[in-house]
Amino acid sequence: MESQNNNNNNQEKFRDPNLDKRTVISPDGQQIEVDPLQDYFEQARPQVHKPASKVIEKFLNWARAESLWVLGFGTGCGSIEIPPLTTPRFDAYRFGVAMRPTPRQSSVFIISGYLSVKTLKRAIRSYEQMQNPKYVIGLGSCTINGGMYWDSYNTINRLDYYMPVDNYVAGCMPRPEAILAAFESLKKRIKEGRADGANKYAEHFDWYKANQKKVIKDWNMPDYNW
Amino acid sequence: MQTSNLINWQPDRSKFPDQLADGSFKVDLSSGKYVKIWHGPNHPGVTGNMSLELTLCGDEVMDAKTHVGYLHRGFEKLFERRKFIQCFPTVIRMCVAEPDYNEYNYAAAIEELSGIKIPEAAKWLRMLALEMSRLQTLLRIVPGQGGTTGLGIGVQWGVYLRDLILDRFEELTGGRIYHMYMLPGGVRGLLPDGFRKRMEENLKEIDDFVQRIDRVQYQNAVFKKRTKGIAVIPPEWVDQYGITGPNARAAGFNRDVRKDYPYLNYDQLDFEVNTDNFSDIYNRSRLRWRDLQQTVDLIRQIMDKIPDKGDFKAKTPNVLHWKIEKGETYIRSESSRGEYGYYVVSDGSEYPRRINLRGPSYIHAVSLLERLLKGANIADIGAIMVSLQSCPPEIER
Amino acid sequence: MNTTIEETLTSLESRFELKDIKQQRGDLVFVTVKKEQLISLLTHMRDNENFTHFVMLSVVDWIEDGVFQLSYILNNPEKHVDIVFRCMIERENASMESAHHLWKQVATYQRELYEMYGIDFPGSPRVHESFILEGWDDIPPMRREFDTKKYSEDTYFPRPGRESKDPKEHMKNKLYPDADK
Repeated sequence: MESQNNNNNNQEKFRDPNLDKRTVISPDGQQIEVDPLQDYFEQARPQVHKPASKVIEKFLNWARAESLWVLGFGTGCGSIEIPPLTTPRFDAYRFGVAMRPTPRQSSVFIISGYLSVKTLKRAIRSYEQMQNPKYVIGLGSCTINGGMYWDSYNTINRLDYYMPVDNYVAGCMPRPEAILAAFESLKKRIKEGRADGANKYAEHFDWYKANQKKVIKDWNMPDYNW
Repeated sequence: MQTSNLINWQPDRSKFPDQLADGSFKVDLSSGKYVKIWHGPNHPGVTGNMSLELTLCGDEVMDAKTHVGYLHRGFEKLFERRKFIQCFPTVIRMCVAEPDYNEYNYAAAIEELSGIKIPEAAKWLRMLALEMSRLQTLLRIVPGQGGTTGLGIGVQWGVYLRDLILDRFEELTGGRIYHMYMLPGGVRGLLPDGFRKRMEENLKEIDDFVQRIDRVQYQNAVFKKRTKGIAVIPPEWVDQYGITGPNARAAGFNRDVRKDYPYLNYDQLDFEVNTDNFSDIYNRSRLRWRDLQQTVDLIRQIMDKIPDKGDFKAKTPNVLHWKIEKGETYIRSESSRGEYGYYVVSDGSEYPRRINLRGPSYIHAVSLLERLLKGANIADIGAIMVSLQSCPPEIER
Repeated sequence: MNTTIEETLTSLESRFELKDIKQQRGDLVFVTVKKEQLISLLTHMRDNENFTHFVMLSVVDWIEDGVFQLSYILNNPEKHVDIVFRCMIERENASMESAHHLWKQVATYQRELYEMYGIDFPGSPRVHESFILEGWDDIPPMRREFDTKKYSEDTYFPRPGRESKDPKEHMKNKLYPDADK
């Protein structure tokens, strides 16, 4: 009992002052109260997109599958295998795979390895910024079950609890050939119309958000000085 | 008349605040003159997964704060739960770009604490793996410097050649990126048949690349213009900040762990430490280019001396219950970024008490980068970060 | 012992209280010093003994004795020798004098130690800002009383099917099941 109390005291003592509510003054002089523990993105819920007709959807899926634009966000050590993938030896461009620097232009998010809590927050934000339809590839064992870091206090264990995953690539770390195979398999899924992660995310939004909230305690957005 | 005006053009600095003696600027955020932006983690110009909080006036950086922790896995906590041999596949994941130095430092620390002497063949094979590791990093970072200023061709060549070295690694150890080759007590195997011939072919290609990248990158007027005289590290900073490796050597310091504290058999190799007298981006990158040539030469020397037969692993206790005597040590080696050290403490049990990594980026990418960015142009940030060769995973572990 | 280290230690012993001098290698010596003397010792080493290169600051958690061991590793780049100064501080309300004015990078180490171990360094710049973790609400994670496996299992939805076995027991059962008989 005493140790429990001690623990709570410790938690109070080492509490990060950044997590308290604070007031920000906008350029117009307006006072805005910011609560770091609230996720302001949550207020705009994503919508489920119903396909217009089967034929058009089939055509669109073909088009989507042949131009996969990948978000160049190296979240973990798997990102070291991305440069070989896009340079002449493995040359992912011949499969219609191109790297994009911003989430707004990309349709595939490669989670390249373990996600620490701090990166998970950014990854979720990037994922929410991507346009529909969007696909996620989990690279490496650490996205599947935590891999080497299964007992670490700072890395998540299962990626599919935080965002819908279309493909997993096992290995530590996966070779570029394996990533190419993952792209092929993703294309197949898209053409069959089975890669509907974005809709799944919208349907089960509350469940995903609850899982994310359990892990990410600080939803603080960076302070911009406008 | 028009051209001479352009050549003698001086920027109007009256709107910018004055730089104080310690490099900082007096910034009043409420004046509306300054803007705060975040650079990274999702940004192509940042080396790895880290971010910078920048305060800008125009396109000049007034204040910079490094934010790390995106790659924190709590390794040093995980080691409390792992036995010494279980730590071995874990330590190498501390730095993905150059994992072999982790292997060597960890193995050497364990051997020193338990008093194991490794066979001669193992020493040479370890040196080969370490130099190959340095070579593959330099093949990425030397043309990468051009990549940050918009010169993409070198990157394509470099990544291809790096892949050839990774193939040799695969042949030698079985792994492309993570090798787990230098087990405590020795190495896992001898050179495969025909390794020397294939390696020599690759080295010939790299020799050719060294000449090409010199013409394309280092003689390039745009590259020179973008990198000369930018982000200068004065010699007096080297000890103040604890700068090591090529960044310190470019400032005129003849410091190389391989020469000063000869580990393995580096005292039997013939090489001179590369130094320069002015540490700006161009010279640091040029120094790495000279290091690249030196590394190719060292690999050739090492391959001549590796014995083909013989013992490559010393006898160790049963690794599953390997108790190491109470003690502590600090092991250092020269990675391509600088001094790479391991502080290992054992309490006499089967589990290590503490394994702490001293990565050169801990200094280069936090305190030094924050200082160098003050007054820099925002377009140069990528070039500055690559020239310091910052590697985020070794900052936060 | 290396002559440089010997000379340095002799000259230090006249001014400071040194305990448990242990030579690990020819160029590496571990010395325990008192907490109050540490900062003046570091200053002396840097200014008078030419130990200008600060290698690292590390901490070892001796939870059984209730102390943290701070290790300051100093290096003499001319003579190529290292001296490690160990300094024991209490675990409860751990606090230490800051050395950020001696070397610039020390402030970063102290920020990390405050976050990871809860060791306070009053006066060190930005020491209370979060460095690596974000939104952490438990005790500092690197302290030995913090159980990372339990925290991970409670927080991160472990995928069922992972079994961990004690390697010693497992190998024994698998390879030599009759060994005990």
